[in-house]
Amino acid sequence: MILVLVDHDRGELDQLSLRALTAARKLGQDVEAVVVGKEAASLAAIVGEYGAKVLHVAAHANITDYTPMATGRALKDLVEKLKPAAVLAAGSPRGNEQLAHLAAFLDLPMAAECSEITLGNPHHVLRARWAGNLIESANVHADLLIASVLAFSTEPESANSGAATVSEFEPSLEPQDYAVKVLSRDAGESKGGVTLTDAKVIVSGGRGVGGPEGFGQIEELATLLGGTVGCSRVVTSSGWRPHAEQVGQTGTKVAPDLYIAAGISGAMQHIAGMKNSKTIVVINTDPEAPILGYADYAIIGDLHQVLPALTSAIRQAKG
Amino acid sequence: MDVLVCLKRVPLAGGTLILTPDSRDIETKHLGFGISPHEENAVEAGVQLVEQMGGTLTLLTLGPSDAEEQLRSQLAIGATRAVLLETDGQEWDPQGTAAALVDAINAEETKFDLIIFGAESADSAGYQIHIRVAHALNRPIITNVKSMKVENGVAVCDRVVAAGREHYEVALPAIVTVRDGLNIPRYPSVPGRMQARKKPVDMKKAEARVPKLEKVNLALAPSKSTGAEILGNGVDAVPALVEVLKKIGTF
Ligand SMILES: Cc1cc2nc3c(=O)[nH]c(=O)nc-3n(C[C@H](O)[C@H](O)[C@H](O)COP(=O)(O)OP(=O)(O)OC[C@H]3O[C@@H](n4cnc5c(N)ncnc54)[C@H](O)[C@@H]3O)c2cc1C
Ligand SMILES: Nc1ncnc2c1ncn2[C@@H]1O[C@H](COP(=O)(O)O)[C@@H](O)[C@H]1O
Repeated sequence: MILVLVDHDRGELDQLSLRALTAARKLGQDVEAVVVGKEAASLAAIVGEYGAKVLHVAAHANITDYTPMATGRALKDLVEKLKPAAVLAAGSPRGNEQLAHLAAFLDLPMAAECSEITLGNPHHVLRARWAGNLIESANVHADLLIASVLAFSTEPESANSGAATVSEFEPSLEPQDYAVKVLSRDAGESKGGVTLTDAKVIVSGGRGVGGPEGFGQIEELATLLGGTVGCSRVVTSSGWRPHAEQVGQTGTKVAPDLYIAAGISGAMQHIAGMKNSKTIVVINTDPEAPILGYADYAIIGDLHQVLPALTSAIRQAKG
Repeated sequence: MDVLVCLKRVPLAGGTLILTPDSRDIETKHLGFGISPHEENAVEAGVQLVEQMGGTLTLLTLGPSDAEEQLRSQLAIGATRAVLLETDGQEWDPQGTAAALVDAINAEETKFDLIIFGAESADSAGYQIHIRVAHALNRPIITNVKSMKVENGVAVCDRVVAAGREHYEVALPAIVTVRDGLNIPRYPSVPGRMQARKKPVDMKKAEARVPKLEKVNLALAPSKSTGAEILGNGVDAVPALVEVLKKIGTF
């Protein structure tokens, strides 16, 4: 049996978990799912549709919101009882974190961000490294495989099956398991406008913009196209723009309909964050810039001339 | 306040990666080395805490003896001292690395109030060494922190999620893992670099264990890229781009 940790936020399903369920089904064994928190018992229908026969619900008076170490303990209790061949979760910050707590409790290896899993002795995985630019082939020496499923490596596929049977249990929590938990939440830096992850159009600037003032042109074009501003890490580490706008490996991963990269060279850590954009347009003085290898269209030229010309041409075309 | 930061020497690769002939590592002959952005933020946070509250900032790394270069460059921005657990240059698996870090932390006279890690290492991205260390030291851990304050022996931390910002608090001693954007790491000053040469770096030999997560080899991820259609040079190419944007339905 394969046990899949299905993540949720206050009862709302994490969509990446459906991919983890799909990946689990491909291993050719029965699939069961586990959620932590009573409010997620309502996910039995969707979890069942994606192939889990049973939904284990870890319920405890001290699990009132996201509590990663308590998840680790609940998974440990379940693993000891059910003896699955593998425990999988989505390769998201939360999926990786909760599995790492399980691995630490059991002192077993954990393979993060796997794009392929083969059960055996040893188990074998392919996993992403260097922001997905490298694929590691690795053996995992343990009876129980603990692995997270690389986001977007598996398309979610419904199994068209009925709701999972709900089985509630109380994990044997120790006080330290819930010492760290979410105490409160607010809307954060999102100013109510279009956020990077939701934006259909992103106009992104890099070192080539030259300074904070230059972003006026970027903002103007982004607003005109109903989009938002992005940037490279050089821009945030120079303090020209807030980090919330950084696209890439250590920033935000985006996939808009249109990504315009102005004055960005295309380091692999930047590419890692925007390569899934539908159409990529580059404005760069350097015809050899690596980003051209990933783009659909390019203008070779100075962004300080091209951007204002583009903005006024679009205004004219819009009438 | 005594702070420890754990960091890892990684190649500074930005462009195309090349593998070594045995496909076990990336070719680093023409590359410089550094640490992950997350860990730069971790060191900066440690320096700021010690500036505000007094105390010491210790750096800890497991890696080849060349990792002294990364320790010195971070000592230059204000850390007090460093410990290097010297390997034969092979990368260790996460369990082996965590166990060696735990042994080294337990061997220290200082009982660190706060241990700061990067959220994940830039090269291997295992997402786990810090959590293993936290379990072994029996300390609470908050991960992926984007803003942090320490007040009255409590670490007050926020992390960014899709829905906004989550708020956490934990009493020290504790472990925190931080993300790029936590702060803007400073550049070392010339006097900072001079002082760093004289700061103590303890070198200790580390004995490798049999890896349970055993790297077999590496491969380059296939690239889907076909290359861009060049629309032209400078402002002359703008009308062509406007046509493209119309065609794809941008406006
Ligand atoms: C572990 C790790 C994680 C990282 N994470 C990220 C990340 O999340 N996001 C990220 O972006 N980077 C990240 N980086 C940094 C990355 O490696 C690059 O340093 C960074 O992306 C480069 O930014 P840039 O393209 O703006 O600058 P540069 O590489 O300096 O490129 C500037 C470009 O602008 C062009 N240009 C200059 N003037 C003009 C002009 N007038 N008009 C038009 N074009 C012009 C130049 O030809 C050049 O191509 C990370 C690095 C590491 C090691
Ligand atoms: N070799 C190492 N020496 C010291 N700290 C390390 C080492 N490898 C990883 N770390 C720390 O652990 C964090 C998480 O690493 P990882 O589990 O590999 O993603 C990194 O950001 C570092 O802070």
